[in-house]
Amino acid sequence: MDRRTFLNNLIQLSAAATAAGAIASAFAEENKDKPLALRPPGALPEKEFIKTCIRCGLCVDACKNRENKMIINGKEIDTLYLAAPGDNAPIGTPFFHPRTGPCFMCDDIPCMYACPTGALTPKECQNDKGEVAIDYAKMGVAVIDPSSCIAFWGLQCTACYRACPEMDKAITIEWKPNERTGEHAYRIPVVHEKYCTGCGMCEMACITEKPAIKIFPREVFLGKVSNRYVKGWSKQDQQRVKNASTKTTTKTPWSSENPIQNLNQGVNWND
Amino acid sequence: MSMNRRDFLKTTAAVAAASAVGLSIPEDAKAQAEEAQQGWHWDKAVCRFCGTGCGIMIATKDNKCVAVKGDPLNPVNRGINCIKGYFNAKIMYGADRLTQPLLRLNENGEFDKNAPFRPVSWKRAFDEMERQFKKYYNKYGPTSIGIFGSGQYTIEEGYVAEKLVKAGWRSNNLDPNARHCMASAVVGFYQTFGIDEPAGCYDDIELTDTVITWGANMAEMHPILWARVSDAKLNNPDKYYIVNLSTYRNRCSNLADMEIIFRPNTDLAIMNYIAREIVHRNKVNWDFVKKYTVFATGFPDIGYGMRNPNSPYVTPKEKDTVEKQVEKVVTEEEGIALSPIGKWKAGDIMYMKHANGKGPFKHWEITFEEFKKGLEPYTLDYVAKVAKGDKDESLESFKAKLKKLADLYCDPNRKIISFWTMGFNQHVRGSWVNEQIYMIHLLLGKQSEPGNGAFSLTGQPSACGTAREVGTFAHRLPADLLVANPKHRRIAEKLWKIPHGTINPKVGYHYVKMMRELEAGNLKWVWAQVNNPWQDTANANHWLKAARTMDNFIVVSDCYPGVSPRVADLVLPSAMIYEKWGAYGNAERRTQHWRQQVIAPGEAMPDLWQLTEFAKRFKLKEVWHEWKLPDGTVLPDVLEEAKAMGYSPEDTLFDVLFNREEYRKNFPWPDPIARDEGGRMHPNTEAEGDFRNVVGSDGKVFKGYGFFIQKAMWEEYRKFGLGRGHDLADFDTYQKVRGLRWPVVNGHETKWRFNVNYDPYARKYAKPGDKFAFYGPLLKAIPKGDLKGPKTHKKYPLPNKAKIFWRPFMVHPEDPKYDTKGYKFWLCTGRVLEQWHTGTMTMRVPELYRAMPEALLYMNPEDAKELGLERFDLVVIESRRGKVKARIETRGRNKPPRGLVMLPWFDEKILINKCTLDATCPLSKETDYKKSAVKIYKA
Amino acid sequence: MIKLITKNRYLILRRITQFLILFLYFGANYYGWKVLIGNLSFSKLFNTIPLTDPYAFLQMLFAGAVISSNLIIGLIVVLLFYGIIGGRAYCSWVCPVNLITDLAAWVRRKTHHEKDNLVSAMKIKKFRYAFLIAMLIFSTIIGAAAYEFINPIGIFTRGVAFTLGFGWVWLLVIFIFDAFVLKNGWCGHICPVGAMYSLIGAKNIIRVYHTKENCTNCGNCFMVCPEAQVLGPVINKKDDYITGIECTNCGRCIEVCEDNALKFSLRNFIKGEKNEKNSSN
Repeated sequence: MDRRTFLNNLIQLSAAATAAGAIASAFAEENKDKPLALRPPGALPEKEFIKTCIRCGLCVDACKNRENKMIINGKEIDTLYLAAPGDNAPIGTPFFHPRTGPCFMCDDIPCMYACPTGALTPKECQNDKGEVAIDYAKMGVAVIDPSSCIAFWGLQCTACYRACPEMDKAITIEWKPNERTGEHAYRIPVVHEKYCTGCGMCEMACITEKPAIKIFPREVFLGKVSNRYVKGWSKQDQQRVKNASTKTTTKTPWSSENPIQNLNQGVNWND
Repeated sequence: MSMNRRDFLKTTAAVAAASAVGLSIPEDAKAQAEEAQQGWHWDKAVCRFCGTGCGIMIATKDNKCVAVKGDPLNPVNRGINCIKGYFNAKIMYGADRLTQPLLRLNENGEFDKNAPFRPVSWKRAFDEMERQFKKYYNKYGPTSIGIFGSGQYTIEEGYVAEKLVKAGWRSNNLDPNARHCMASAVVGFYQTFGIDEPAGCYDDIELTDTVITWGANMAEMHPILWARVSDAKLNNPDKYYIVNLSTYRNRCSNLADMEIIFRPNTDLAIMNYIAREIVHRNKVNWDFVKKYTVFATGFPDIGYGMRNPNSPYVTPKEKDTVEKQVEKVVTEEEGIALSPIGKWKAGDIMYMKHANGKGPFKHWEITFEEFKKGLEPYTLDYVAKVAKGDKDESLESFKAKLKKLADLYCDPNRKIISFWTMGFNQHVRGSWVNEQIYMIHLLLGKQSEPGNGAFSLTGQPSACGTAREVGTFAHRLPADLLVANPKHRRIAEKLWKIPHGTINPKVGYHYVKMMRELEAGNLKWVWAQVNNPWQDTANANHWLKAARTMDNFIVVSDCYPGVSPRVADLVLPSAMIYEKWGAYGNAERRTQHWRQQVIAPGEAMPDLWQLTEFAKRFKLKEVWHEWKLPDGTVLPDVLEEAKAMGYSPEDTLFDVLFNREEYRKNFPWPDPIARDEGGRMHPNTEAEGDFRNVVGSDGKVFKGYGFFIQKAMWEEYRKFGLGRGHDLADFDTYQKVRGLRWPVVNGHETKWRFNVNYDPYARKYAKPGDKFAFYGPLLKAIPKGDLKGPKTHKKYPLPNKAKIFWRPFMVHPEDPKYDTKGYKFWLCTGRVLEQWHTGTMTMRVPELYRAMPEALLYMNPEDAKELGLERFDLVVIESRRGKVKARIETRGRNKPPRGLVMLPWFDEKILINKCTLDATCPLSKETDYKKSAVKIYKA
Repeated sequence: MIKLITKNRYLILRRITQFLILFLYFGANYYGWKVLIGNLSFSKLFNTIPLTDPYAFLQMLFAGAVISSNLIIGLIVVLLFYGIIGGRAYCSWVCPVNLITDLAAWVRRKTHHEKDNLVSAMKIKKFRYAFLIAMLIFSTIIGAAAYEFINPIGIFTRGVAFTLGFGWVWLLVIFIFDAFVLKNGWCGHICPVGAMYSLIGAKNIIRVYHTKENCTNCGNCFMVCPEAQVLGPVINKKDDYITGIECTNCGRCIEVCEDNALKFSLRNFIKGEKNEKNSSN
């Protein structure tokens, strides 16, 4: 094979591989972007998780063979699955559907410790002091739709509150008078993200046809406040000042122009 | 430069020592020490924005304000803030911060009005500023120069500006943007009480059970106060009643129990209806009225604060409106409204005989019978007919609302607070409506009591503290002294240690007049500080052109580029709020100080320094010689007396006004008060220079004045108010407390003035057994007369009495109802929660920019449909004075009735003041930004 | 019967290992057995020895993942095994997709006559190496192991051990492609995992040895070999090992050889011995 043919072949092969690779990767990119997938406890932030998970399923094996199995009517309730094509999660990665299989919050967190790659890690399942426990898992956060939650009608439900393994912390009850009846208080569930592990027991328990309380990944649902303002009444919140950079220059379309050029454009008084 | 190493060591050592011996140390100091270890440092300050005056704490680190928290100890806001306050830590860090002086220079490095801006040194800037100043000053005299001051000046800055202009330059051409904001409130206070600023305080919100907002969109403009109103409503939902009066539906209506949409300017009629009801229902509190008040009125033919229609600067298009300054045809509805006077009936021409000089201010005492006669035409039928503002509301429904409003005021079992802001103040009869709201409260005796009173809210953070209390107005001196009063001038001259006769006795140009005189060529050199005159003044095309095309020199001190720096000849970079020491005074008379937290960027310097450095350029012999003013007034040569006082003609104004020996001796720097609770020693750029080693006005590195100039100014300033009902505490006290409400007597603040239970001055002046004393000293001797006019030359004194004014309803000069040229919409301008004033700071905060990037024209959907417009269509808003383009919003936060459109004015790209009418209240000279006639069509 | 078994001895052994592996994965999930848990991306043998798929590992590296020590140990184990002993045996002894593609090849032989197309052009046979590199680069671009989203090995094993979902569609596509479009299309042209193992096992010890003397040039070996290009340089030409790196050590050529010309042997790298062997034949 002469040099020229070799080069030709190389170019042709590279072109073909790039084309095929691009098609495959476009599919991968599309499939990767499933922000609503709920991950096992201790999962890295989704962007890191998707890089680090090798899709081996050891966590699923561990979940399936955990100690505290919930068996209803003779049927085991499975929590973790590895996503197959067609599941609403990136192919091969672990996820759970709380409505049918919530996380039962095993004390020994077998799934997390089974992970060989660090995609599930105790570092993402600990409190400020570095203590690891399932109570510090951040799988997601429960969100209530007040239009379909019957507690907001004044009905006495609170099934979610009762189902919550972090009862009175992750879900509390807020009372307010029911002015219509004049006698019965509304008892309204309120979620506190700080304590909510996202296990989904509430979503499974919710008695409406489609659950009025649902788990969303924290990255999807929670907002983020700037470190430039902290609560004046909370010593703990003030620790966020640590993260406030001293190098902020703010830019908007009004401030992005060089000030001298801005001023030299002058003004118009003819309209 | 946060806590330096030594400070840090000191605090940690103190904590360590205290812990070791088991002493308890204050939690805060401990927390402070912990945080200092982590690299940041908290200190108290005040929010940069509105007149509410919320307390904040600022965290500094490496010479940056890195974060903010609401101050839980501050009684105004108890640790919460609105979204502007939330971003206090970001406003100073816009990418295009001005950091060096900029001068229009040609290729040869010479000043040229038509050349572009180029960076120059402070020395070059001051040299040119001085050259230009003296060129005009020496030729045309002290009235040819002026300063546009600000209700956002720190108190010390305002005081320095006041001293430089009035004592130094012998001009009274210093007027603040606060003229646009609360001048009508001031006139209302002067005329009614003889002393400025509200009687009550924010505690009234919790103490009352009825809140009436008259043109005060508190939900967006005073959100923290509105949160207090909301909480009071929630705590007492059945009794607490809120009425929102406005010309369009705003966000106060969702909490209000009743919303009254009225036609612009008819608040005059509505208040007369309420007064008539009080009288007819026999609800007048006679005990109060007889003891503490008199009835009064003034002339109605006072014009609308516009220019002479024959002025060459009035364009042909403007003329038909401006002609109403000299005469107008009395309309049908005005015929009825003015009928008690007996001079005018419908169809007559009203000549504006009292439009000039003291005419608008003249007032005289009348009897109750005259007063009652004046109210007679203001029946429910008449007022409902003229005042109904929403064409889609039935007359019956509107009548029921007016009646309910009268019921609320008349109810003896109700306490009532009336709030207003720009809806009253920016009004062609702004002073009148202010007087009228006191009329209602005084008739009922519901004034100056906890939970009862008429309460004027302010827009700017120090409209009260700086503009009003320091008196940075063309007619004022500190503590309600007036330049036209020889005794008052004498007080100031003594305190300022300047010769008798130094202060110019002629009232200077007010803000709008300064613009008009700039256009007429009588004002030649003008300096704007901490405000944006060419964006915020109505009928802007005239002033933009005057600034750029005429023989004059414009200096603008600013922190960011904007409309005013763009028209300037010289731009000076200013330090921002937390880059200097300062104090603000809020709407409830609360004075709050802060320490300098950080050093300004680049070569930006505090406005105070700019003023004092410029003062170095003047020798006494240049300013204190004899002057003949254009109107014939002669300012005497005071140099001889100055010599007798120990001054040399070669002394500079800086030496005499700002660098006196006693300041240097009594207020040394460093001062222990500069060390805060957490142990950090705060910097002081003016006193000690700073690490930047800025090359100053003399071409040498500025190393500081060597004394605590802000404290020196404060201690001198407060002497004006001591014993005069304006007592302020000493400088050091304010560094320790979360503000105090003046008068501060024997260390105690005053919550309700004029009430003997709360106000030491009321106790001092009241007759035995009296509960109130309206002791304000101004305008307390007036003639007697009837509704037609005064009948005596003699003036009768009214000690300790307030005045109840009768004022008639009159139509706005551009009311679209009477328009024949197709300007069929009312244009109302205003503000939004997200943006502050001209947007200079807040439009540079990305989050606020994203929330409200552009001013939208709020319009009724029916109007839009009729004009064939879709939501977000670009339209032209055209008035007799100019036009701008904006997009319409039919689903926005403000819901105007048919025939009215509303546009916020923060957006310099939609410079709506090109359209607005520069008519002012003839008394207060405050522009009516709420009413102009416009046409709207698709762009 | 015995003859049939002997004739297909390697095939039977291969099927046993392939199904055993799948069965152990299945059992790990459904019954909690700890013999072999996980799947072919990563497994643990006897709950202790990690096994890492080298190509998945490379993709993660390119995607920017932080690599755990578990993965590195698993990688070393796999590299040692296939690098020294197995060669490309993964493809024929472990990979379950081989079940599909072998079936497809059988169907193709029954329905096609294409003797003149026994060896596809070298150029397309090399495509897989370019594809291997391309998918690594794309892993960096999308920030995730890009090939793992379409890897039929993963889909198949997870399908058995966990859930298959719509994965069968993709497996069916591969079957049709191999059976009716391109002979040995997937494993012989595209699969980057196979390409990876070709590279890893390039210098392993166990190889097929060809004895020229016995060869009758009947062509049976060429008919069954999925990577027939590796036979070309040797068969009926010289006494030598099948040294082509794409040889999967499936042993089909040995089984179909009527002439006893092919056998498994241990490759000897010492040149002198090799020459000696050549001369002795």
